[in-house]
Amino acid sequence: MKTAQLHFLLDGRDIRLDRVSPTTTLLNWLREDEGRTGTKEGCAEGDCGACTVVVAEARNGELVWRSVNACIQFLPTLHGKALFTVESLRASEGGLHPAQTAMVSCHGSQCGFCTPGFVMSLFGLYQTEAAPDGDAVADALSGNLCRCTGYRPIIDAAQAMYRLPAPGGKLPAPQWQNASDPAAQALLDRLVHMNADDVTLDLVHADSRFTAPRSLDEFASCVARHPDATILAGSTDIGLWITKQFRRLPHLIYLGRVRELTSLSETGGWLDIGAAVTLEDAFEAILPHYPELTELWRRFASRPIRNAGTLCGNIANGSPIGDSMPALIAIGAEVVLRHGDRTRALPLEALYLGYQKKDLAPGEFVQCVRIPLARGPLDEHLIRAWKISRRHDQDISAVFAGFSLTHHHGVVSSARLAFGGMAATPKRASHAEATLIGRPFDDAALSDARAALALDFQPLSDMRASAEYRMTVAQNLLTRLHHELAGHPTRIDNVEADHGQH
Amino acid sequence: MVSTEARGSAGTALPHESAILHVTGSATYIDDLPELRRTLHAAIGLATEAHARILSVELSAVRAAPGVVCVLTADDIPGLNDFGPVVHDDPIFATDEVQFHGQALFAVLAEDMRAARAAARLAKVEYDRLPALLGIDEALEAGTRVLPDVALRQGDVDTAIGAAPHQLEGTVRHGGQDHFYLETHIAYAIPQEDNTFRIHSSSQHPGEVQLQVAHALGLEAKDVTVECRRMGGGFGGKESQPGQIAAIAAIGALRTGRPVKLRLDRDDDMVLTGKRHDFRIDWHVGFDDEGRILGVRFRQSTRAGYSADLTGAIADRAMFHADNAYYLPSVAIDSHRCKTHTVSNTAFRGFGGPQGMFGIEEVIDAIARKLGRDPLDVRKLNYYGTTERNTTHYGQVIEDNVIHEMTAELEAGCDYRARREAIRKWNASSPVIRRGIALTPVKFGISFTATHLNQAGALLNVYTDGTVLLNHGGTEMGQGLFTKVAQVVARELQIDIDRIRVTASDTARVPNASATAASSGADLNGKAAQDAARKIKARLTEFAAAKYAVREDQVEFRANQVQAGTTVVSFAELVHAAWMARISLSATGYYRTPKIAYDRNTLSGRPFYYYAYGVACSEVAIDTLTGESKVLRTDILHDAGQSLNPAIDLGQIEGGFIQGMGWLTMEELHWDASGRLRTHAPSTYKIPAVSDVPRIFNVRLWDRAINAEDSIFRSKAVGEPPFMLALSVWHAIKDAVAAAADYRVTPMLNAPATAEEILRSVDDACQRARAA
Repeated sequence: MKTAQLHFLLDGRDIRLDRVSPTTTLLNWLREDEGRTGTKEGCAEGDCGACTVVVAEARNGELVWRSVNACIQFLPTLHGKALFTVESLRASEGGLHPAQTAMVSCHGSQCGFCTPGFVMSLFGLYQTEAAPDGDAVADALSGNLCRCTGYRPIIDAAQAMYRLPAPGGKLPAPQWQNASDPAAQALLDRLVHMNADDVTLDLVHADSRFTAPRSLDEFASCVARHPDATILAGSTDIGLWITKQFRRLPHLIYLGRVRELTSLSETGGWLDIGAAVTLEDAFEAILPHYPELTELWRRFASRPIRNAGTLCGNIANGSPIGDSMPALIAIGAEVVLRHGDRTRALPLEALYLGYQKKDLAPGEFVQCVRIPLARGPLDEHLIRAWKISRRHDQDISAVFAGFSLTHHHGVVSSARLAFGGMAATPKRASHAEATLIGRPFDDAALSDARAALALDFQPLSDMRASAEYRMTVAQNLLTRLHHELAGHPTRIDNVEADHGQH
Repeated sequence: MVSTEARGSAGTALPHESAILHVTGSATYIDDLPELRRTLHAAIGLATEAHARILSVELSAVRAAPGVVCVLTADDIPGLNDFGPVVHDDPIFATDEVQFHGQALFAVLAEDMRAARAAARLAKVEYDRLPALLGIDEALEAGTRVLPDVALRQGDVDTAIGAAPHQLEGTVRHGGQDHFYLETHIAYAIPQEDNTFRIHSSSQHPGEVQLQVAHALGLEAKDVTVECRRMGGGFGGKESQPGQIAAIAAIGALRTGRPVKLRLDRDDDMVLTGKRHDFRIDWHVGFDDEGRILGVRFRQSTRAGYSADLTGAIADRAMFHADNAYYLPSVAIDSHRCKTHTVSNTAFRGFGGPQGMFGIEEVIDAIARKLGRDPLDVRKLNYYGTTERNTTHYGQVIEDNVIHEMTAELEAGCDYRARREAIRKWNASSPVIRRGIALTPVKFGISFTATHLNQAGALLNVYTDGTVLLNHGGTEMGQGLFTKVAQVVARELQIDIDRIRVTASDTARVPNASATAASSGADLNGKAAQDAARKIKARLTEFAAAKYAVREDQVEFRANQVQAGTTVVSFAELVHAAWMARISLSATGYYRTPKIAYDRNTLSGRPFYYYAYGVACSEVAIDTLTGESKVLRTDILHDAGQSLNPAIDLGQIEGGFIQGMGWLTMEELHWDASGRLRTHAPSTYKIPAVSDVPRIFNVRLWDRAINAEDSIFRSKAVGEPPFMLALSVWHAIKDAVAAAADYRVTPMLNAPATAEEILRSVDDACQRARAA
């Protein structure tokens, strides 16, 4: 069964589109076709947040609210979802949403261009969290740039909006505010109904096509039949191929609607994360087992990017500066690849053969990534994932290090040291690993490991960092690991200002 | 009689006049205007060499691309192929020679934006590559300049330095900065009857866009009107740059007879338009045993880029601010405005001021570290006096110095001394993380240094229902100018703020306005609007006195009402009656700043009407293994005079500080060896984000502040001065780097203090400390 009609909700209104170019961005559709100009274009690459909108989905019988960047979302990926833009917040009687009232009263806008995006990130926060702390607020706003205010009043607004009366009008209430809100229930029912079928969305427009199967078998056979097609997940990278590179993508096969790929499961000592699972959901499942990866989660990308992008997309993309791979390689993750009805599993590091070269046959795709659940006791098994970049929020690494070190009675029994940004692929430092194993991690071992790193890597210079800096920092991160074993404070994020006498 | 003020009058912390429009997404920016039928979209074809002769430009593939209507080159310009604001060295489209990677060569007009942008990449250009000078050092060596060198001499500096008990010298550099206004450059040109044009331009200077478009089209000022309701940020980046964008749109409109919109893609915006000037500053100072400066010599060399643009005035302001808040008994400054094959740098908040201050603060810090003194003590020792040691190196006597009181208040308020000691103690036991603290002052001169620009006009219409339509020559870029000026009128006429509507800046309503720049917006336009309001008020007073048979001094305007003797009428009633009696209810207002006079040739006189002051104390932590840094706490005390709107002023202070912090810490422009800018989008060019705000951030307006001069209600300009408060972060980082080498050497650090630069500086300091 197939349909050629795109169907989603906007302000609860049915939007059905028959003739839509598959790579039309949500932002352009809003601004140009719908005249909803509240959503702005600041960068068209998902880095500034001026285009932030909120999408609601039905998942496991619940409404899930997500802020995303409209500039790099392709319109057909909205199929079966509900869209909310800044215009949606105005209640029927014309009152403001608490996010908007708080932004006004806290003086959170100056030039106002970034403001609708901030308002939507705040709305996304309001819909999902009852009482966010400072870190949660910062995380919710991590994908929005403001050049005027310096952010303080916007941070204040995020707290102030919770002290205001609940919004009136037809907006579905967040779960924390009213668990039996009729508007929320109605929206959930409609979304469940819209997604009840197994119909493949197959849009054909001029010379381009968008196919969104519902089952894994159908998806696998579609990819096998069309090995030249582009597999699309969160479009946080592919979106830029259109907005910045003007590439033609004749056939997109979208995995976001494949039921099996949206699932997470724990079986046989592994956590399996399907290819359509977003970064945000993936980390939510991983962090209870690996709390040391909290920084990786928070700094991987902004909230809207993590809400759209997928962990497997990061892995399948295989960029040398992708953040997830060094950490996942360090903890011994595997990937499951599928071609037609055949699957095979590989250690993650074996997927990467060279720059932009992967052990992935035409028509084959990453079906899931598997995280080992068994791990040593915390005092014997040291795991660290460290990102070095120019900025804390939403940045690309200069160097990323994922370390997993096991020691018994002071002697290192295993060491997995993986780096990003140091070579043409995410890569283990095999020489450095070898120097550490079978001896205590003392000053001499550290010195040997640092020296060995120079055999493992010959990094490049670019606008993010020089080769020298990359090497020095990679070596220094081994030193940091050494300091952490000795119990010294090593992180600026944990340092507090001196409060003085006042 | 009602005794309360009208609502929202000057001095009230009102929200921005468009705040509700902002948060609802209904504030209209130019790209949000409903498009007229048959609107075309333009994109610019950019050069891919830094310096080259153009041998041929093959555009057939561009013309043949889907949706393309026509291609514009220099041949399509009927008038001048130039948009230079001061010197005519800025071609709209390059013709024979390319002078930077990214220079505009042609434009495509197409039925939609994507078609235009895709087609613009299809040109085949043949170049004969020429040697490209990219950096300041190369330009200094080659002797290339966009403008002649300028020298300022005050006193016998050679003797003063030579005789000084101590001497130090050094070189320090800081980078440029992209404005990163969230709204990229945009213009929408609409052809009108009889060969006239209406231009919507995101511009801080519509009057200049008007002239630039007229010149490009071979028309006159009367034939072009330019309008700007609001910009999505400006920061100086939309002062001289919008002319090129508007001219291209207008040329397209002229050629096709159709409306043309040109909105730059973010990457194109960052590649094509100018940025903050980066500087290399060489310095040599002589000082006494306590750290008092006896003489200082600066060589300020800046990268202008390929053309002059506003470099002259910017480099001048850097010279004027080479003192910051310090008395310099003898000074020599040599200013080099270097020509390079890079984008032409332009105005950016502070306009040379931050660059000048960066130099002297480096000197002060070096003196303190050399003498082993707290840098704050050396700063205070060198502060300008209030009655003596109070003449600047350009001969202006400082009559409003409040830096001593402000410093004392902040120093005590943020517990600087105790914290500094505690931090030093903490550092001794922390091998990886080091903390640093610094308290730095700002003294910033207010006025355009080009005296003739210090004028403004306003137009005030009162309608028969008692509501007011206000227009002035200033532009709204988010700084709250429209709010403040409306508050001035509310106070003058004593009517509620919601009875006043401020309309888009428009060259047809108020002509010949200066750029909204130099922090002058509220000072100039507030006074002009006040003048207009007072004219109306005088007419109404005269009318009321006659009508109610009282003396004019018995007529009082108070909170939407007018009392004439014992009669009280509403403002609206009086206005209606005045109209019935045929009294004019429309007035223009005008203002020119008094007292200022300055000789461009001798670099002396009184360029500034007054000074704005501020002090900031920042504490940072650095990671000596990676170079990462974080601002832990900042305390600010700023002088906004008698604030017109404390909420808006606070926003300017905080926003300016964070923007300055970005300049000095993370914002790095990276050109590769071929002269191509590699940081041309937010993915690679990082401005501060939400987690970069200091976790403790105490910002206050100084409650004793008042303008010593007769500014608008004794307020002070607040747009630019707070930017330089971020120097406290810079010097706190230096203090932390010094800590990494146990305070034994003076750190050598260049801005921006990226993680890589901090790590380099830490390693260098530790090496020198070991060698010492």
